[in-house]
Amino acid sequence: MAVGMAGIVEIDDALLRVHIEDMFSDYVHSIDDDRIEAWPEYFTETGFYQIISREGFEAGHAIGVLHCDGRGMMKDRVKAMRKANIFEPHCYCHVMERPRLHRNSADTYSARTNFIVNRTMQNGDMDTYACGKYLDLIDVSGDTPRFRRRIVVLDSRRIDILLVYPL
Amino acid sequence: MTEIAANPLDNSFQWPEGGVTRVPYRLYSDPDIYALEHERIFRGPVWNFLCLEIDIANEGDFKTTFVGEIPVIVTRDANGDVHAMVNRCAHKGSLVCLQERGNREHLTCVYHSWTYDLDGQLNGVAFRNGIRGKGGMPKDFDPKKHRLEPLRVQVYCGMVFGTFSDETVPVPEFLGEDMDRHVRRNLGRPLKLLGFHSQVMKHNWKLYAENVRDSYHATLLHTFYTTFKVNRLDMDGGIRLSDDGWHSISYAKRATLDESEEYANAKVHSAQYDSQLEGPEMLDAWPEFEDGITHSIQAVFPSLAIQLTLNSLAVRHFVPRGIDRTELFWMYLGYEGDTEEQTRMRTNQGNLTGAGGLVSLEDGCINEFVERGTRGSAADAAEFLEMGGLDVAPSEGSRATETSIRGFWQGYRDIMGFA
Repeated sequence: MAVGMAGIVEIDDALLRVHIEDMFSDYVHSIDDDRIEAWPEYFTETGFYQIISREGFEAGHAIGVLHCDGRGMMKDRVKAMRKANIFEPHCYCHVMERPRLHRNSADTYSARTNFIVNRTMQNGDMDTYACGKYLDLIDVSGDTPRFRRRIVVLDSRRIDILLVYPL
Repeated sequence: MTEIAANPLDNSFQWPEGGVTRVPYRLYSDPDIYALEHERIFRGPVWNFLCLEIDIANEGDFKTTFVGEIPVIVTRDANGDVHAMVNRCAHKGSLVCLQERGNREHLTCVYHSWTYDLDGQLNGVAFRNGIRGKGGMPKDFDPKKHRLEPLRVQVYCGMVFGTFSDETVPVPEFLGEDMDRHVRRNLGRPLKLLGFHSQVMKHNWKLYAENVRDSYHATLLHTFYTTFKVNRLDMDGGIRLSDDGWHSISYAKRATLDESEEYANAKVHSAQYDSQLEGPEMLDAWPEFEDGITHSIQAVFPSLAIQLTLNSLAVRHFVPRGIDRTELFWMYLGYEGDTEEQTRMRTNQGNLTGAGGLVSLEDGCINEFVERGTRGSAADAAEFLEMGGLDVAPSEGSRATETSIRGFWQGYRDIMGFA
């Protein structure tokens, strides 16, 4: 096991890194390709998901833009989006940097990954919709890596129009 | 009530026949009307929400905010007194405070280092006496005549309000007795900030002022409740209005909450809705008030709303960012003294509202649809607002009405001189 510049124990299992990075890509592709039903499956059953501004995150606020405590609340979000919520059709394109991974224990890794999301509306309007970082706790004890926790920290506290697809 | 001013747009704008049941679309797009709103409303005899008192909890704290598009600074000085002033240097008009919040002994404009006390008084001008006897301000320069433009402030129920007008009556009187009582009910205890964010919406600010008063749309557009069968219990509800129509409350009671022993016993999980949610804990709630009202949206003229849905307490402040832009600030609150379990429930219910709210996210786009739908409309094209009658009157027992919207327009016409 190598020790990195920050003195933190590094990931030394190259194959596991590939699995984690693939999972990260699959996660954003499922959202970008409107296969949103797959989204909760990237989390453990009791996984936690939150979107919060950088300012709110640093202040330790409980409420950001939204959060899901467990897969059930994520599935409710998906159902609401499909059946209840009304919004103008649009799609995302996520662009991510290479995740910076740290091994916490035999079962968990933490990661920080910067991202930008472009949003395209049905009329062709395109904007940078979100920019920030994923702060993750990844469970690697199962058949595939899953998020125990994914905090989406947005550089801006301002959401453009509304937020219905997860990031 | 405000004295009715003369129509300042002369005869270029006439309110159509039908009074407050007809609202011309021009009100959302005419730059002359928008400019006049700053003069008559935001600088007029109203109390504008500035910030929460907890935003400026300590001596030296400041918070920047907006009244209409006017940039404003709120401060707490060394004596604990709260001040508000326009965030515009008396010298050349630059912003004085660039940060949204912070703590300072003085306010110093970065451009030429003019320095102001926390009450807005000018206390220092760089090179006032020149350099080596040359230059400098004229001998008769009087710093007292060059302070930051003040607003009168009143701290009320954990909120700081400001007004530019000497005419504005104290906040409780401005609200009227019934409205005052309801604000005190919801915010009349020490508050705790649980979180905040904002969303920018692409429409004129008054469309959101209508939207928060629009009890007719609530169960039609926002189908989350019905889809998930979380709102199927019979609810008594209604609309209350201030005498002038400016302010209103839309409220609902879950009727069974009044009747059932279990609810009254304050077993926190007993108020849980029967639902098909896979994460039903999102709607864990407890009955918080003896009046049985479990949902209320209170609109305060011109640009504030206070929400208490189940136990989700929030202050919504909407700020014009140009004639066709509105930024809506969501401040989620709890009370000092809330238990951990109560904070957890308020936090989970926070998912119902806001820019990503399961119930409310539609409001981010719906008024933009009106903005877009009304482009290029004829000069006399207008909204049709006759649901629930033609008048401005409280509506006990029914929320299938547009009475609060008509109330808003009644107040708007008076203050703008469009009556």
